[in-house]
Amino acid sequence: MTMFEAVLLTIVTAATPLLIAAIGQLVVERSGVLNLGMEGMMIMGAASGFAVAILTGNSWIGVIAAITAGMGMALVFAVLTLGLAANQVASGLALSIFGLGLSGVIGAPFIGARRDAMPKLDLPVLSDLPLIGKLVFGQDPFVYAAFGLVIGTWWFLNRTRPGLVLRACGENHLSAHALGYPVLRIRLFAILFGGACAGLAGAYLSLVYTPFWSPGMTAGRGWIALAIVVFASWRPWRAVAGAYIFGGITILQLHAQGAGVRIPSQLLAALPYLVTIVALVIIMSRRSGQQTAPGSLGKPFVPDR
Amino acid sequence: MTSLPHLMSATGITKRFGALVANDHVDLDIAPGEIHALLGENGAGKSTLVKILYGLLQPSEGTLAWRGAPVMLRSPWQARQLGIGMVFQHFSLFEALTVAENVALALDGHESVQAVAARLAQVSSAYGLPLDPAREVWRLSVGERQRIEIVRCLMQSPKLLILDEPTSVLTPQETEGLFATLARIRAEGCSILYISHKLEEVRRICERATILRHGKVIATCDPRHESAASLAQMMVGSKVVPARHDPIKMAGPLRLKVTDLSLASQDPHGTSLKAISLDVRAGEVLGIAGVAGNGQDELFAALSGEVLARNAATITVDGVPAGHSGINLRRRMGGAFVPEERLGHAAAPRLTLSENALAAGHATNGFVRHGFVDKGATLGWVSQVVKAFDVRKGPVDPEARALSGGNLQKFVVGREILRKPGLLVVSQPTWGVDAGAASLIRQALIDLARGGTAVLVISQDLDELFEIADRIAVIFHGELSPAQEAGSLKREAVGLLMGGTGFGKGADVGAERAA
Amino acid sequence: MIRIALEKREDTSPWMSLLSPLVAVALTLVSGAVMFAAMGIDPLKGLGVYFLSPVSDGWALQELAVKATPLVLISVGLSLCYLSNNWNIGAEGQFVTGAICGSWVALASHGAVSGTPYAHLVFPVMMLAAMVGGAAFALIPAVLKTRFSASEILTSLMLVYVAELLLDWLVRGPWRDPKGFNFPQTVMFGPEAQAFRLMADGRVNIGSVIAIIVVVMAGVLMARSLKGFEIRLVGEAPRAARFAGFDDKRLTWAVFAISGALAGLAGIIEVSGTMGQLQPSISPGYGFTAIIVAFLGRLNPVGCLIAGIFLAITFIGGENAQIALRLPLDVTRVFQGMLLFYVLACDAVLNWRISLVSAKGASA
Repeated sequence: MTMFEAVLLTIVTAATPLLIAAIGQLVVERSGVLNLGMEGMMIMGAASGFAVAILTGNSWIGVIAAITAGMGMALVFAVLTLGLAANQVASGLALSIFGLGLSGVIGAPFIGARRDAMPKLDLPVLSDLPLIGKLVFGQDPFVYAAFGLVIGTWWFLNRTRPGLVLRACGENHLSAHALGYPVLRIRLFAILFGGACAGLAGAYLSLVYTPFWSPGMTAGRGWIALAIVVFASWRPWRAVAGAYIFGGITILQLHAQGAGVRIPSQLLAALPYLVTIVALVIIMSRRSGQQTAPGSLGKPFVPDR
Repeated sequence: MTSLPHLMSATGITKRFGALVANDHVDLDIAPGEIHALLGENGAGKSTLVKILYGLLQPSEGTLAWRGAPVMLRSPWQARQLGIGMVFQHFSLFEALTVAENVALALDGHESVQAVAARLAQVSSAYGLPLDPAREVWRLSVGERQRIEIVRCLMQSPKLLILDEPTSVLTPQETEGLFATLARIRAEGCSILYISHKLEEVRRICERATILRHGKVIATCDPRHESAASLAQMMVGSKVVPARHDPIKMAGPLRLKVTDLSLASQDPHGTSLKAISLDVRAGEVLGIAGVAGNGQDELFAALSGEVLARNAATITVDGVPAGHSGINLRRRMGGAFVPEERLGHAAAPRLTLSENALAAGHATNGFVRHGFVDKGATLGWVSQVVKAFDVRKGPVDPEARALSGGNLQKFVVGREILRKPGLLVVSQPTWGVDAGAASLIRQALIDLARGGTAVLVISQDLDELFEIADRIAVIFHGELSPAQEAGSLKREAVGLLMGGTGFGKGADVGAERAA
Repeated sequence: MIRIALEKREDTSPWMSLLSPLVAVALTLVSGAVMFAAMGIDPLKGLGVYFLSPVSDGWALQELAVKATPLVLISVGLSLCYLSNNWNIGAEGQFVTGAICGSWVALASHGAVSGTPYAHLVFPVMMLAAMVGGAAFALIPAVLKTRFSASEILTSLMLVYVAELLLDWLVRGPWRDPKGFNFPQTVMFGPEAQAFRLMADGRVNIGSVIAIIVVVMAGVLMARSLKGFEIRLVGEAPRAARFAGFDDKRLTWAVFAISGALAGLAGIIEVSGTMGQLQPSISPGYGFTAIIVAFLGRLNPVGCLIAGIFLAITFIGGENAQIALRLPLDVTRVFQGMLLFYVLACDAVLNWRISLVSAKGASA
């Protein structure tokens, strides 16, 4: 395997959790809800997934636990923001703080435990093809799942009726309500989907990417996923580009550190965050009238009776 | 008539919101194939009743019957299944979605958006209501948006069509077009429930009217046998006196002069102003007519100083260039301003009246000393405004959102008029306000002008402008027509201008809005 | 099916806005007891360690003041931001940058001024540098917001990581104490660069006094001044604020700068008052906890003072519990997150009349 191939492969693994989380958040925002609790849901997924995988000895059960944990966290957020019409920004922050804490409590007994990374796909002939073999046919199942999510989400939002209804709720919840759509219920489903994706992304970190548990291991990826959604102008395919750009920067700076580049490692480590800021600025200053955020994004909705 | 089952009847409908009774034992019967008017002032309970008929709200008490059989309408879906269609006053459209997507959202079948688009094109051409299915709604004019709502009802072959204040956003000519469409729909056997407060229209097209006041049915009558005045009296409960409007004795000195003002809109979906010129003299009321979304918001922002002009000399107040002055500098030059939106613009909903008085008056009314607020002075000002303009409120200093629309409007207009400004710019002074408050405000505007103030009124309500304005100009696609004497002006002429006829570039009215 | 129905309240009664944070605290305590029981710890003992041991004696109270000081300083600044709808969640980064800038003064003057009349100036200049540094760092997201409409939530948070990495680099690289056995830390500050202790053998320093002065000043600003009104109006109704002639962009800069300056001030007080040197990690998450303090204190300066003391209790309680109950420190964060949930839920009770209604069939 060449160095180049190895770098490409690691970029894919770095981008995948970002992509899964970003797609989840994209659907949530398209329904008109801003959930800043991504980081908290994601790290809860990482902690619960790893803990359950160790306890049961089965990584797949761990993955299911991670998804459940993400959805459980999302449900708390939904009760606050949909049920009680609480401020979405503050509720999301609370979710992140809570998730970081609770994941630490859950994960504490498992610090130092190790598990083999989940297996990668290995197709006899195809995976051995030069250059693209490992890249296209030799990834772990999550990579394919992530692309499945992108295609599925694009199809759902743009080609199905429920997807149209979800976009309508995000665009103008008053009109959607006036036509008789259950805005809050649709948003609940979207929020739960976002939680499931965040949990899955977290599981990927602790069961495939590293694979072990350490407190705070998401290291701001939940927040970067939020930035990717803005960067992608709320479109699934552009989220792929965003996730791979950020994944690529993460990996390249690691390789640069490894290669002993004469730049302080801290500056390299700060690159993904700095690039996120720069990308936000560039994308916002170039945006034209049509690509703006969903019209009702972040606004609480209370139906009158 | 009574032997035939009614298409829809509501019996003893009562709807409570907390302590407020919005509908109080309301009875309403709609016969097959009739155009039935629902009349009432703002806040009389029309919207609540209509939402109940459309399944959006459930009554606290009372029953609905469809063709004689009792029905429970739990959601608009059920209403649409029965054949009830609704055209909302504040449209229920999605700006970023296409026309076809908007229509598909209101259809109950499982048609694909493409199939909907094809059927939409067919129905809209059959009724002479042209629409491009692939266009996004934000690109369309107000009239076209209403067309979407109507076509989307027609695509479900309705038995009952409910229209909530459909003409309040249309030009007189567009209104005629709407009436023709309604006549045709009715000829196909569809009943129409027509909600309006425009009495002349109701007398023209409706054969029965139910009149609501304070949530109760006051009368049911045949409007064709009533006069507008008698209908108004039933609606309001007392005689309505039109504003007393003496002709101007002599126009005073020039107060506001705008020369060749062009300004790009800050809203990506807004309308930019193009070479606007106007002048207002002390003692007169200049009215600016126009259909919503033709640059009124932008014009108000430019005149008030919320948005600055590129060149200071394009706007002068009493001869002094003001284009670069912010709103508070213009207030100090004698300007006063009342924006269209009461809650959120003219007043902050969750702040008290005294705080809202401070917001508009901190630069001019001496409420602030060394950076600190004189709470007593603001409270005193509030009680003066309240007394002078008959603002009804419960506590001494309630939050703005606790006031009714009419009372809050009297407050935000009153706090400016009481300052005796040299120039008053007011947008939609009586939009959504009850008749009593409306006539008080209109009279106050006229009296203010006669006292030597230059008053500029932006309004979509032509009746209002003809009642109070001395000269009228029309805004269309961000351009302003020359102002003409109101006395010698015909409604039809103003209507044509509102539709774009007579404007240089806008002569052929395309679908494009501020492209 | 039962659903929650909300109905707008027309006026908010003042006693309820006082009651709501208290209810939130009570609910947190109840949930904490349940959590302890679930972890096999006697709930009363657990709550005792968490919430009573930090206020049990004079020494503990001093520690409390030291921990509450940064929380109060930061949360007062954040309140101004949140009231005006500016979501600065990067106070942790502004805290660190302030500490760095202030420490630079301490390190640059180290050994050069002691004994001279200039020695008295060192600490005030450190505070000034910390405030300027924190404010400048906070202005980055502010300017990106007003100039490019980039979300200040994301940019301010990203900058936290950047600030922490900057600090890490400094203490491991250029600022490392050459005689420090390779530990990643700076030299101990000279006596002139350490915050003045109120009692000779105590822990409380001048910072706590400064925090109280800041609370009073901010309280007067918010309650009486036109600027305070401007902050509230911009947050409450931005268009109405523009109608009042207030410049919301300039206000965004101002509140970000103030909150950054206060966070930076907290940073240098923490470093010079309790640590005496820079280390790779100088905050147990004060910048994030202060967000909770701000909300629990109802975005009111005096409320922030009370809430700051309460959350300082959870910090010390968490440290005590780590020793006495062998609980991970993260339990503190769980408490803090829960508390914010309850505060937000109770705020809903302020704005809406809540009732449970049974709903049959389809309704939103």
